[in-house]
Amino acid sequence: MTTSSTLPSTPSQTVGPYLHIGLTWQDGPFVVPEGTPSSVWLRGRVLDGAGEPITDALVETWQCDEHGRFAHPEDPRSAEIDSGFRGFGRSDTRSGEYGILTVVPGRVPDRTGVPQAPHVDVSVFARGMLHRVVTRVYFADRPEANAADPVLSTVPRDRRQTLLARPSADGYTFDVHVQGEYETVFFDV
Amino acid sequence: MSAREQRTRASPPYRPDPDGTHPPLDSPGYRSTALRHPVRRPLTLPQSVTEITGPVLGEGRIGERDNDLTVQHPGEPIGQRIVVHGRVLDGDGRAVPNSLVEIWQANAGGRYRHDADVWPCPLDPNFDGVGRTLTDEHGRYEFTTIKPGAYPWKNHHNAWRPAHIHFSLFGRSFTQRLVTQMYFPDDPLFDQDPIFNSVPEAARSRLVSRFDMNRTTDHWALGFEFDIVLRGREATPFEDDDHDH
Ligand SMILES: [Fe+3]
Repeated sequence: MTTSSTLPSTPSQTVGPYLHIGLTWQDGPFVVPEGTPSSVWLRGRVLDGAGEPITDALVETWQCDEHGRFAHPEDPRSAEIDSGFRGFGRSDTRSGEYGILTVVPGRVPDRTGVPQAPHVDVSVFARGMLHRVVTRVYFADRPEANAADPVLSTVPRDRRQTLLARPSADGYTFDVHVQGEYETVFFDV
Repeated sequence: MSAREQRTRASPPYRPDPDGTHPPLDSPGYRSTALRHPVRRPLTLPQSVTEITGPVLGEGRIGERDNDLTVQHPGEPIGQRIVVHGRVLDGDGRAVPNSLVEIWQANAGGRYRHDADVWPCPLDPNFDGVGRTLTDEHGRYEFTTIKPGAYPWKNHHNAWRPAHIHFSLFGRSFTQRLVTQMYFPDDPLFDQDPIFNSVPEAARSRLVSRFDMNRTTDHWALGFEFDIVLRGREATPFEDDDHDH
């Protein structure tokens, strides 16, 4: 390998209050196309330290498909993915909650080959947040996979429930508590 | 090698940014951070395939005029025409090609076309303040726009945001995702801006574009250069990260 000096990263800044003009997409919520048979809505609020819903946040999600394949060239199976599966979702919270139409992802291994439970990576941006926060959604109705998940097992037991999406009428509910008694577990990635 | 082994072994993780790179989420000078920063320490998330992959966006998402914010309406917007260009690189200086760059900004008077922006400065019927483009194979991007104005906000008495353009970058992985703001050289409003100053001092200059005489066009537009650096990868012991075939 050639030696190279490293460049320092550009610092993060807040999306500010007017993020919607730049970052809202009409098709943002659709990780899978509307009408996909096994699709579910993942919905929730983003709450501040006073328990008030943050209505100028942006929630972004990233995940594999139901068979554990990512729509990305570094996944050797990406070519097998149904066209239309984007893996990425984006929703603002102007209505008081975000909403993402998706499927429950399959299982993928961690770096040591241990299978992870189905999970969705989440970024939250907002006015008043100078950097995104990152968390993961797991699914409360997959207790066996969750019990064996190598990331969840690093989370103190009494905080694991902050990472669980719960079944709802049309899919799952997952609230993000940015601060407060029920503060969501966030990750350095 | 099985597909699982390949997925486990391929693709090294991205290096963490050292302390002093990004602003702390708890930055009391920027009052809105008070109830919007986590109090507990984040846990470490080892980078699995979920984190070293990320959305591949752009094809079909970019309209013909999306990188020229001065031609999106029948008339020309009012203000100083500028070209903002640069490269998106990773921490090893490698280009980040074919990657979506989104921008949004205020008009020349400092007003956003957003229903929550109601300060008494006129909207410009010929300016939306929204652009997007893809980096080319060398990681280059370019926008033509007008220089945004400063605008007041309520953080403290007589608070004004220095002129800035909001930038959103995806890079090639979930790990590289970045939203930032680009500023202009020698802005007299820097000193009183808690958002700019939330960034550790040594890193602030990385948010400031460079006036670029070479890209300034005679009788047309001023040029500004703004390179953006996303996290680089850990060294890999074997050369297997050539996926561009
Ligand atoms: Fe702004």
